[in-house]
Amino acid sequence: MSKVMEKKTNVRNEQTKKPEVKSEVNKEKASSIIEVNDLNLWYGSDQALYEVSMDIPQERVTAIIGPSGCGKSTFLKTLNRMVEMVPIVKTSGSIKYREQDIFSSKFKQEYLRTKVGMVFQKPNPFPKSIYDNVAYGPRIHGVKKKEILDQIVEKSLKGAAIWDELKDRLHENAYGLSGGQQQRVCIARALAVEPDVILMDEPTSALDPISTAKVEELVQELKEKYSIVIVTHNMQQAARISDKTAFFLNGELIEYADTDNLFQNPQDKRTEDYITGRFG
Amino acid sequence: MAVSPCLMDERSLMMDKGLQSEGNMIDVQQMIENNKKKKTFGERIEKIIPFFLLLCAAVSVLTTLGILFTLLRESIGFFSDVSIVNFYTGTNWSPWSGEYGVAPLIGGTLLVTLISTLVAVPLGLMAAIFLSEYANDKVRRVIKPILEVLAGIPTVVYGYFALTFITPMFQSIIPDLGIFNALSAGVVVGIMIIPMVASLSEDAMNSVPNALREGAYGLGATKLEVVFKVVLPAALSGIVASIVLAISRAIGETMIVTIAAGATPNLTFNPTESIQTMTAFIVQAATGDTTFGSTIYYSLYAVGMTLFVFTLVMNLIAQYISRKFREEY
Repeated sequence: MSKVMEKKTNVRNEQTKKPEVKSEVNKEKASSIIEVNDLNLWYGSDQALYEVSMDIPQERVTAIIGPSGCGKSTFLKTLNRMVEMVPIVKTSGSIKYREQDIFSSKFKQEYLRTKVGMVFQKPNPFPKSIYDNVAYGPRIHGVKKKEILDQIVEKSLKGAAIWDELKDRLHENAYGLSGGQQQRVCIARALAVEPDVILMDEPTSALDPISTAKVEELVQELKEKYSIVIVTHNMQQAARISDKTAFFLNGELIEYADTDNLFQNPQDKRTEDYITGRFG
Repeated sequence: MAVSPCLMDERSLMMDKGLQSEGNMIDVQQMIENNKKKKTFGERIEKIIPFFLLLCAAVSVLTTLGILFTLLRESIGFFSDVSIVNFYTGTNWSPWSGEYGVAPLIGGTLLVTLISTLVAVPLGLMAAIFLSEYANDKVRRVIKPILEVLAGIPTVVYGYFALTFITPMFQSIIPDLGIFNALSAGVVVGIMIIPMVASLSEDAMNSVPNALREGAYGLGATKLEVVFKVVLPAALSGIVASIVLAISRAIGETMIVTIAAGATPNLTFNPTESIQTMTAFIVQAATGDTTFGSTIYYSLYAVGMTLFVFTLVMNLIAQYISRKFREEY
């Protein structure tokens, strides 16, 4: 198990050494990593999502906007099946991750979540040291060797652009950090299992403007390697950082387009009303 | 929302009233002034009440001090008859023939406490994990009150339960088990303190924020990994405190051991034998025909003092541990 991890680490390192090759590959595959088809979702008898179909592009930032209660967070949590933590949830339709049906019984939820990681609205580090927080994911998936864990922790914290701030404080409790630092440690924690997709549920709504700017900058860097889906109620943020934007209203996907198009030339009247601030 | 003309009228009417009553504002102020003068009685109450409440709080502190004082005074009386060194180093306790080595009583207490801890900690913790992490609301609402009923059963009932049910049951497995033995008593004391471990640990686990569980699930953790690698560590201080409190309850338990463990001061770690705990000796001495002022009578206080030190130490440990292992969230 640990050997596999080591190999993987090496592969990633090589990739970072050759950024040019990487970006070429990027241009080639604007293909989608997650395909959602006719997704319906109910909480008990209340329907929260209606016939949502959208493709999430690989190594791009996809923003989901919409007023409170429009189902955007529910949709996000469906992508890694976290929504099923509420026992009364029922779904229909299909979600495919790299061509595999995530609702099929062969596809384990735990495996899905190692591929589709998540960052939450409120920073939620474990009450452990920074090191143990980042090492948590690799540890539960069988990585035990200290040298490998050290490497993963360093790489993940560097990936989350917080290594320089924290490298001398790795064994301090993560609760002693500021909110913005905690959130970036949570991002590092998600990176440590090397997912393909990172879901972010309003990751900056609990942060101050400076920390928000840092997280946004980080999202821009992360899309080199990861596909990112970010829920935000801040339209400027969506416009600043995303490549594609989806607008949800009352559980329906109203419009889904390239971010520039959606904001400058919305096709649907409701999208226009929302982005011009007429409601929401 | 459009404002109907009718509403508008009402509003303007109210405005008019407001304007009119501006002249009456002085009256309200006047009333406050008047009341202020009357308030002297109320003010006196305000000052007396905190003092009264302080007295109530002081009762428990004073009681503790009083008990400590009595224990110390009578123990000192006892130690003028029997040397304190002999008391704590002697290994033979037969007060009716003048042997006062307390070790067999301490041994008995520790043996029963150990057995009860071995029963209560695993069972109580598993129950707490089930209630907090696995049971749905319906199940929890049925099981938790039943578990807490267990804590409300009088210990004398537990004592006879040990003597007339548990002991015969164990005898069918261990044939040479005596009627009075440390094993049954210990097991039943353990059963008695399960609710304490379960209920307090469950509270500790329940107060671990859901965001932490979600964080772990989001990394692909299974339910078991979430429970053992996130929830338990985060609730550790509460869990350890509950265990230590339950242990100190077991140390002080009296009725069950008096009924089921026998009255044989016996320095042994064989749980199938009859033993006597510190508490059981105190009961025996207090209910027998011990003459007031005799050495045996005073020995009761020396044993009581020892018991007090044990539970005090346990409580201090509980406080220390819950402070040291606190994972703040």
